[in-house]
Amino acid sequence: MAISNIWVFAQGNNGAPTTATLELLTKARTLGGSVTAFVAGDGAGIASTLGEYGAAKVYSTGDLGGNLPGVAVSAAMQEVINAGDAPDLVLFPQNYEGRDVMSRLSVALDRTVLTNNIDIAVDGESVSVTTPVFGGNTLVTTTFTGSGPFLAAFRPKSFPVEAGGAAAGEVVSAPVPDLGTVGSAKIVAVHVEESTGPKLDEAAVVVSGGRGLGEASKFEMVDQLAKLLKGAAGASRAIVDAGWVPYSMQVGQTGKVVKPNVYIAAGISGATQHMVGMKGSKHIIAINKDQEAPIFGIADLGIVGDVHKVMPKLIEALQAR
Amino acid sequence: MNVTVCVKQIPDPALPGELDPSTNALKRDGKLILDESDSYGVEMALQLVDKAGGGEVSLVSMAPNGEVSGLRTALAMGAAKAVLVSDPELAGSDSLTTAKVLAAAAQKLGQADLIIAGTESSDGYTGTVPEQMAAVLGLPSVTFAKSVEVDGDTLKVNRQTEDGYDEVTCSLPAVVSVTAGVVEPRYPSFKGIMAAKSKPVDTVTAADLGVTPVGWAGANQSITQVAQAPARQAGEVVEDDGEAHLKIVAFLENLKVI
Repeated sequence: MAISNIWVFAQGNNGAPTTATLELLTKARTLGGSVTAFVAGDGAGIASTLGEYGAAKVYSTGDLGGNLPGVAVSAAMQEVINAGDAPDLVLFPQNYEGRDVMSRLSVALDRTVLTNNIDIAVDGESVSVTTPVFGGNTLVTTTFTGSGPFLAAFRPKSFPVEAGGAAAGEVVSAPVPDLGTVGSAKIVAVHVEESTGPKLDEAAVVVSGGRGLGEASKFEMVDQLAKLLKGAAGASRAIVDAGWVPYSMQVGQTGKVVKPNVYIAAGISGATQHMVGMKGSKHIIAINKDQEAPIFGIADLGIVGDVHKVMPKLIEALQAR
Repeated sequence: MNVTVCVKQIPDPALPGELDPSTNALKRDGKLILDESDSYGVEMALQLVDKAGGGEVSLVSMAPNGEVSGLRTALAMGAAKAVLVSDPELAGSDSLTTAKVLAAAAQKLGQADLIIAGTESSDGYTGTVPEQMAAVLGLPSVTFAKSVEVDGDTLKVNRQTEDGYDEVTCSLPAVVSVTAGVVEPRYPSFKGIMAAKSKPVDTVTAADLGVTPVGWAGANQSITQVAQAPARQAGEVVEDDGEAHLKIVAFLENLKVI
C-alpha cells in the first residue's frame, strides 16, 4: 500500500493559514498522495488559500470554543478516522498545538511519533524523516516501521512556501465530539505581549543577547541595535531561564528558529541548544570575549572583545549615520 | 494534596553527546544527573504541596542501570519517595512507550491530584511524553505552563503561546508540563541530602508494570542513516583593538543592510 492519503495539521491566524501550515502543504504535495488539510478552528475562511497550496480537501473543526487543541482536535480527527477516512501519514508543525494534538492522537491510535524533523522522504510505502542532533552537526534519518498512520512533526522553516495547487479545497465539517472531563482544560483569557518592529522569526536582521551581557539591564543595548537595523531582538535560553527577557524572544532548539539575512550574537557563546535555532542565518556576526567560544566556528565575522565596549561604539557609529 | 513529578536522569549536558554505534541511539550508559529542566517541576510541586498545607511529592523516572543519582537530588530537594523503572528491555523505547511506562509507574503510587513534567528533556527533546501520559491516563492536561495555581479542585495555569500567554483553567486530577524558569529551584540542603539517602525508591521493571512490548520492539521505527551535516565555515575572527565595531559597520554596509 503506497502512501496515498496525507493529512496536514492546519491552523489559521487573522484569517490566513499560518506560515507553518503553508510550509507543510507545499512539501506534502510533492510526496505523491492526495493532500488534506485538517484545520484546528474555522476552515471555511481559509480553504481557498489552503487549496492554492495543495489541499484538495479541508476538514474543519469549527471554532474550538476555548478548548485547548490537544484533546479537542485529536478527538475530531479520530471521529473522521473511525468514520472510514484514515490517513497514511499526518504532518504536524513543531509548535505548541501541533505537539499536543500529535501526542493525543498517538495514544488514541497507538502509533509512534517522530518529532523535530527537518525533512521527509516517501518511497513506496516507506516513510523516512530526518532530525538534526548535537546542535545540527549530525543528521539522523529514521524510518517508520509497522503500519500507519505515521505521525511526524517538522521544525519551522524546514520547507519553502510555494503556491501551486489548484482551486479551493472541498470543506468538510469535522466537529469536536463531547469530550467529558478529559477536555476540561479551557482558555479563559488571551494575553498578547506587544512587540514593535518585525517579528523575530520573520525579521531580516536579528540581534540576540546572551549571558555575556552580564546583567538584565544591558539587554537594552541589544534592543537598541536591533531597532537601528530595523530588526528584531532575540535571546539565548540562558537569559530567558534567568528571567531577563520573555520566552517569546528565545532563539534555539526549544525557542524560535530564525534564518535572517544577518544574525548578530552579542555575548552568546554558542551552546548547541542555541546554534540549532540560528545556524541557518545567511550571515552571522559574533561578539564574545572568549576566543574559544563555539559561536566563532560558524561566524562570518567574529569579534573577540567585550560586548560592553564594542556594542556602545557600534550603536554610536550607526546613530551617527 | 499529592503531586507526582516525572523526572529524567540524563547524561551531563556539559559533555558532548554521543550515539551508540551499534544502535544509533543516544548513549546513556555513563553517569546520569537530574535533568535541569525537571528541577523546575520538582520545585513547583514542593511549593504547591506546601501551599495546600499537606500531602507529599512523589517521583517517577525511567533510567538504565538502576540509576538513582538524579532521583536522590530531587529527593534531597524535598520529594518523599520515588518509583524507578529500570529494565534493559526498555532500551530504544519511543516516547509513546515511555509515556505508558511512566503512566503505569504513576498509578503504582496511587492517584495523585496533579502530575507535573518538564515540557521536554534536555537530551532527547521529543516533547510529547507529558501529553501522551495524560492521554494514557485519560486525564486533562495543560502543556507549557509558565505559572500554576491550585484553587480547590481547579487548576489555574498561564500557558505559554507564540505571542504571549493564555489563562487556562482545568479540573483536577490533571497533567501539566512546566517551562524552564517557572520557579527558582532550591538547592538541596545538607540535611536534605542526608535525609534523601534513606527515602524509599521502589525499583521495578516494565513487566512488573504490565507494559509490553517495550524497547526497540515497541518503537515502530528504525534509524536508517546517520550523516554529518554540511559544516558552516568560520569566517574572519579579529581581536577588538578598540576599533572592531568599524569592521561590523563595513560588513553591514557591504551587505547593504545599512
